[in-house]
Amino acid sequence: MNFGLTASSIPRFATVLVCLALYLAAALHFENFATLQVFVNFLADNAVLGIVSVGMTFVILSGGIDLSVGSVVALVSVSMAVLIEHKGWHPLPAGLAVLAAGTLFGTLTGLIIHVFNLPPFLVTLAGLFMGRGLALVISLESIQMTHPWYTSLLTTNINLNAETTMGLVPVIYVIIVILAILVARYTAFGRNIYALGGNEDAAVLMGIPVGKTRVGVYAVSGFCSALAGIVYTMYSFSGNASTGVAMELDAIAAVVIGGTLLTGGIGGIFGTFIGVLIFGIIQTSMAFQGTLNSWWTKIGIAGLLLLFIIMQRLIEGRRNR
Amino acid sequence: MKNQNVIWALIALVLLLALNAAFTPGFFHLEMRDGHLYGSLVDILDRAAPVTLMALGMTLVIATGGIDLSVGSLMAISGATAALALSMGYSGPVALLLALLSGLVAGLINGSLVAFLGIQPIVATLILMVSGRGVAQLITNGQPLTFNNKFIDVFGNGFFLTLPFSVTVVMIALIIIAALTRRTALGLYLESVGNGPLASRLSGLPVPGVLLFAYATSGVCAALAGVVAAADIKAADSNTAGLYAELDAILAVVIGGTALTGGRFTLIGSVIGALLMQAMTTTILARGIQMQWTQVVKASVILIVCILQSPAVREKILAPMTRRRRRAQQ
Repeated sequence: MNFGLTASSIPRFATVLVCLALYLAAALHFENFATLQVFVNFLADNAVLGIVSVGMTFVILSGGIDLSVGSVVALVSVSMAVLIEHKGWHPLPAGLAVLAAGTLFGTLTGLIIHVFNLPPFLVTLAGLFMGRGLALVISLESIQMTHPWYTSLLTTNINLNAETTMGLVPVIYVIIVILAILVARYTAFGRNIYALGGNEDAAVLMGIPVGKTRVGVYAVSGFCSALAGIVYTMYSFSGNASTGVAMELDAIAAVVIGGTLLTGGIGGIFGTFIGVLIFGIIQTSMAFQGTLNSWWTKIGIAGLLLLFIIMQRLIEGRRNR
Repeated sequence: MKNQNVIWALIALVLLLALNAAFTPGFFHLEMRDGHLYGSLVDILDRAAPVTLMALGMTLVIATGGIDLSVGSLMAISGATAALALSMGYSGPVALLLALLSGLVAGLINGSLVAFLGIQPIVATLILMVSGRGVAQLITNGQPLTFNNKFIDVFGNGFFLTLPFSVTVVMIALIIIAALTRRTALGLYLESVGNGPLASRLSGLPVPGVLLFAYATSGVCAALAGVVAAADIKAADSNTAGLYAELDAILAVVIGGTALTGGRFTLIGSVIGALLMQAMTTTILARGIQMQWTQVVKASVILIVCILQSPAVREKILAPMTRRRRRAQQ
């Protein structure tokens, strides 16, 4: 038993090590990299991906996958912008409405997967097309956010110290991460997810509400994607139907690099948080370097992904023996 | 049993064409100009070519119980490779071979990860999916690379037997793959691996070899699709070439009646699936509906077809029907 626990924590340990090593290397290589402002910017720049990855972690922990997240981000961001800018809604009810819609989208996805016993991969793929299509139907063009209350909210910054300011976006991200960690660790829903992903048959025999848990996981992912869509409008001051293309892949990569096993059952939100930070460090390093092309980021991420997957594979092999 | 699911796709395709015959004026109009056929039907065949090619390779991979997410990125790599080879002064056939080789190598990488390291196919091919577009960008140095070569141009804009040449490419690929899998034991091997890799290994099948073959074929098919797509626009655009094509290819296979769980496959079904999806897109365009609706319609059709094929529905709706038929026969 003890051995099982250590084996499952190796990937997360490795993730933290890689993150620290990358951060140190970048800090030594670039001037002004190791400042609090750059760190806060990591959180702000990757909040959309980060929040999506939180939902994705729940789904993957349960043994599923959600490919529709990037499209939901786009759909929500453009809906939010249309509600506020074209329909004259106040941002608060608009935000609540799109959050509810995103959660409903996820719930429906989960219901279809559970009731018809279809592969999550396929159903969420349909969700990907549906979300992107609806977003484009709503508006082909990017919509600027000009609502005075919203923009004043977004330009409010907290001074952490003399040189460091922090906006609303990183705060939302950190709160969501903390909430998600609490849900995963200390609620029945969280434990049921781990049980379901670890071994579905055993979960059924233990009397765990498999259907509720599975639908719930996709609902959470829909909620997170919707929140990420709102955060996108805060971060970029616009709603855009073509944002979040291929974001589902980045999210899956962040989750895997964060030490969550794609077969489900093992992993956690904190690892994903570190995985997203690794994304941020690589991206910011590319920006600091200036001469390197941004597509090296993709290749770097894929390299890391390969490394972590092979490591996971070796650990799994040892566990099964 | 095997053909039951193909029939759903075929019915959908026939229904769609029938609706068009009734409501879209000129949809079935074919025109002969300079010895070439033109019309919406020809257009469907031509535009469906890249997805059909990928769907053929994908069928074999899905038959083994796997999936290949990298085909869209491989399209970009192959187009970029061909364009780079041409810009370096190589001849058309050499550029084509190099492009196909890039697909073969990528397919073998995917296959090795699955066959030798035992990595889940979704994850193994995700790696090339994420990095492939980056690699293609590096090959073309981030810019769309244009080319002008008579040999390569034929793949996108040529004609053979009055039809676009891309149709011939698809036919050749279909015949080769069908001959390899249905005239030899290879097809049974693929299905056997899909049904149970362990049982296949214990009964002496070369499981890693079979997996390598499936992923390599998928890679080469994707590379061929990449050449056709690049030749069509006479340029390699690493950003947009084959974007979301992997999803279209997977959907074509699934709609065609090859279950994602593996174990059996139908090549003709995948071709019909790809044609159905292109027919939907062409219908939407021909009826003057906004392009954006394509994806919404596509998603709805996928869901409906999948739900019809799902075990839950089949047990509740179709099983009573067959039971009744059986009782009537008795």
